[in-house]
Amino acid sequence: MRKLLQRHEFFLATITLMMIAAIGLANPVFYSLSNLFDLCKSSTVVGLFALGVLVVLVSGGIDVSFAAIGAFSMYVTSRTLLALDFHGSAVIAFLLAGIIGLSLGLFNAVFVAFFRLPTLIVTLGSASLFRGLLLGFIGTTIVNNLPEGMVRFSKLTMWNSTLANGTTTGLSWSFLLFVLAALLVGLLLQRTMLGRGIYAMGGNLVAAERAGFNIRRRQLFIYGFVGLLSGVAGIVHACTMRNANPFDLVGMELNVIAAVVLGGAGITGGRGTVLGTVLGVFLIVTINNSLILLDVPSYWQKVVTGLVILVSTGITARSRAQRVRGVGLC
Amino acid sequence: MRQELVAVNHVSKHFGGVQALRDVSVTLYRGEIRCLVGENGCGKSTLIKIIAGALQPDAGEIVVGGKQCTHLEPMEAIRAGIQVIYQDFSLFPNLTVAENLAINTELERGARLVNWRNIRRIATEAMRKLGGDIDLGKTVGELSVADKQLVAISKALLHNAKVLIMDEPTTALTHKEVKTLFRIVTDLKQRGMSILFVNHKLQEILEIGDTITVLRNGQNVAEGEAPQFSHGDLVRHMTGRQLQNRPVETAASGGATAIKVTGLTRKGAFEHISFEVRAGEIVGITGLLGSGRTELALSLFGLEPADSGSIEIGGQVVRMRSVRDAIRAGIAYVPEDRLAEGAFAEQSIERNIVISGLSSFARLAGWISPTHLRRVVAPWMANLRIQAPSARMPVASLSGGNQQKVVLGRWLATQAKVLILNGPTVGIDVGAKMDVHAKIQELACKGMAVVLISDDLRELVEVCGRILVMHRGRIVKEFQTTGCDDDGLAAELGCVGIVG
Repeated sequence: MRKLLQRHEFFLATITLMMIAAIGLANPVFYSLSNLFDLCKSSTVVGLFALGVLVVLVSGGIDVSFAAIGAFSMYVTSRTLLALDFHGSAVIAFLLAGIIGLSLGLFNAVFVAFFRLPTLIVTLGSASLFRGLLLGFIGTTIVNNLPEGMVRFSKLTMWNSTLANGTTTGLSWSFLLFVLAALLVGLLLQRTMLGRGIYAMGGNLVAAERAGFNIRRRQLFIYGFVGLLSGVAGIVHACTMRNANPFDLVGMELNVIAAVVLGGAGITGGRGTVLGTVLGVFLIVTINNSLILLDVPSYWQKVVTGLVILVSTGITARSRAQRVRGVGLC
Repeated sequence: MRQELVAVNHVSKHFGGVQALRDVSVTLYRGEIRCLVGENGCGKSTLIKIIAGALQPDAGEIVVGGKQCTHLEPMEAIRAGIQVIYQDFSLFPNLTVAENLAINTELERGARLVNWRNIRRIATEAMRKLGGDIDLGKTVGELSVADKQLVAISKALLHNAKVLIMDEPTTALTHKEVKTLFRIVTDLKQRGMSILFVNHKLQEILEIGDTITVLRNGQNVAEGEAPQFSHGDLVRHMTGRQLQNRPVETAASGGATAIKVTGLTRKGAFEHISFEVRAGEIVGITGLLGSGRTELALSLFGLEPADSGSIEIGGQVVRMRSVRDAIRAGIAYVPEDRLAEGAFAEQSIERNIVISGLSSFARLAGWISPTHLRRVVAPWMANLRIQAPSARMPVASLSGGNQQKVVLGRWLATQAKVLILNGPTVGIDVGAKMDVHAKIQELACKGMAVVLISDDLRELVEVCGRILVMHRGRIVKEFQTTGCDDDGLAAELGCVGIVG
């Protein structure tokens, strides 16, 4: 029981529930099914990015290029499919964007794994590079008529119900992608030697090398995987927005990293769980989407987000430091 | 008949122009603890790495299990049962004890998926072998240093180790933990393992070692059964110098009172501390961890101001509320953990030396001329015998002894009247220790008042004229060291129930 109380995830869930209770009391609209579905839908893009960032943070690195990769994959895929006059399923769009994202991620990985450059520097540079290439060479016009498959996908919902006012609501299928990715990353991190090796790298890189983990292969995997997830997230974003805007996504990096750190991942590596990350994403998205229901002006949402991050990560960091110090004394 | 497990015969190794090992031989026998001693840079680490297969020797041979070879590959060494516990333990602080123990085994098995039950089983088995009782579910980062070491040893034993090499295992341990470690190591020896114990704490070597090999400048200089060696012999072999043993009777020991402390109290740390130190005198302060000795030093240096009582420097009462007050009053402090508190590790030696007296080196508008800096620092480098290719090297690249000399040098450059040293020779080797001691005595001769806080009774007896003993925040006893040796002191301290 004490263990449960000490866990960051428990703390986070409590904050989220308190927040939901408070918002709901102030404005009952919050408790409606359509609002819940809305929240899920909004969590998907942030969530997919966050899962990738989680893997990188656990390994002891950082990636700030994921949003640029997402935008690049999304826009290039949409334009390509339109140019080919493709009418097939959205699966192809996801595949294509995934492959583009994977390649861009591997581009990062090469610098990290073979030239041993600091990950922040590499991804800062590549983020700028990808965005520049996208806007400079591929285009700046917003695509408003998405390929047919993507439009169909964006309208797919489940658990449809009709509301009192006659409109129908349902959970978007894209949310399923987030759930699947979360399960996949959870299994990867907890149940495979690949995943444990990523934790080991984040804990002590020298020891991981001495133990015989293939560090390079893991780095290729990690950054490639982030790229892949970002590509998929890009398509989900386009489907949600019903357009492909090359200026989108970039700018949300800090929000995503904040959600992951809020979820208990250590910025210095070695710590973090999928459950925590998912909770962190929900909390951030709830704040961003729902304070509006309380008539909180949008600038104040940023203030609240900042405070939540400072307070909640601060409390856990402090209690951890105290535990470690307590051990040091005896 | 002693059974030979690993023999290294006549190996040499050079890096660039530096000869790290020259014609060194060492043989490890079953059921024996061999101590490998020598100063930093004598080639100990190179020798360990050659045995572990991490380095290839230029010449010579290694015999493992009766098989001769020119060098070992890391995997061959592990298969032959050779395990090295490095100083940093090579553990993962973010993973649990169980996973730390089992991860290598799982990795070697070529497992792709994690079998948590299997991990638990391997870990339980490993802990049982050693008779430890560490909670397997705990995160390694939360363990004490001693427990981390226990985990590292258990992990090594998992690989059917026959030869266990431990690189300076006692550096971060308390007295009690060292005793526990020795019990474990002795037990392993009785079970037929061969242990190579790399260390430079001479007392420990004489206590635990069956046989001793001494290296100096990459060469075997002495070898034999431990009882053949005395403390003095080891020092002579390691340093090539004779240990000078008596405190220097300083000319100025009848000097004026430099610092006088009256009734100094800080709640929860120490109370009613009164003592005085004359110019040219070296006074030792000892006591257990938590006796208030470090807190007292911090108060004298203005880091943790005292609640009541007074401090007089050169006859004048000084308000000691901050480090700036202390430096202005002429107090210098060399802290316990020199890298964390004392030195700017990434900065160059010269910058470290001048940092506390920067304003006195600065010219017009605070400009510091690099050439002027170099001229000021050069004599200090020579005077302190800091061994470094250049004063522009970062302090972090130096050995512990040389780092300590840099920190000392920094305070000497401020021309302080009172020098407070807290554990100045912890973790540095014998030769550097002698240099530091000589320096301290030289400073006292020049009229500086020195307060030396230390655990090392031998050091206190050798360097200080007077020793104060602290216990639970009070000074409980005072000794003159003339005509006293460390055994005598230990016995007396034992009588007061403070040490041992």
